[in-house]
Amino acid sequence: MSADPSPSVFKESLPSSLDSYQEFVQSVLTELESLGWPTQPDLFAIHMALEESISNAIRHGNKQDDSKRVEVECRLSEDVFWAQVCDEGPGFCPKDVPDCRDNDRLEVPGGRGLALIKAYMTICEYNEHGNCLTIEKRRGDETTPGG
Amino acid sequence: MTNTKRIDVSESASVTVVRFKDSKIIDPESIQELGAELFDLIEQDDRKKLVLNFSDIEFLSSAALGKLITFDKKAKRAGSRLILTNISPEIFQVFAITNLDKLFEIKDTEADGLAVL
Repeated sequence: MSADPSPSVFKESLPSSLDSYQEFVQSVLTELESLGWPTQPDLFAIHMALEESISNAIRHGNKQDDSKRVEVECRLSEDVFWAQVCDEGPGFCPKDVPDCRDNDRLEVPGGRGLALIKAYMTICEYNEHGNCLTIEKRRGDETTPGG
Repeated sequence: MTNTKRIDVSESASVTVVRFKDSKIIDPESIQELGAELFDLIEQDDRKKLVLNFSDIEFLSSAALGKLITFDKKAKRAGSRLILTNISPEIFQVFAITNLDKLFEIKDTEADGLAVL
């Protein structure tokens, strides 16, 4: 993570339910707004990355298993948004995920979350096990379609 | 105008115009309901020309995109034509990142959509 003297830290252990995390995401966005981050394009990008990373962890990682949790930690400063989202699933290899942008996959309803996270974040890295995602965005960094 | 929970539906010169009641399409229950209401336009009402006006949409998740893709497939299968309009630059970027701007027929304004249907 980039150096910052005193980032605001938000940590939450979320249940594996898709309606469990909106309040947490909103609290992070509200804090970033108070730190001076602009709604467009930065807060939109962070909202998207948090939405997709947490929902992926719940849906694909923990398979919405009530006995499993999603651990989320966010560190916020005036210039850097950093977050780690970890699930209790078996993990996966991001390289094995088909590219949703391929012409012959455009009509497949799922699989777009990871592409959006990569595009909107400066850094998007999974741990070796594939169940823990680290994302980072520097304020003002441009979105890069295609990751 | 037909009033449903997630969309407003109106008719304009034999074209069905749909507007979204929510500005953010995120939570699973809303997405499920939205999908059901959209699908009914094709499967129950047999509407053949549809414009989806996105002017009220500020945010949508990939799950919402998935529902729109399914809607588009159902429309094509039923021989209906679907046009998306009034998409803000930030929402259009979501479509562009995922290449869905190539899948959907997109016009700048509702009037542009009506003009080609």
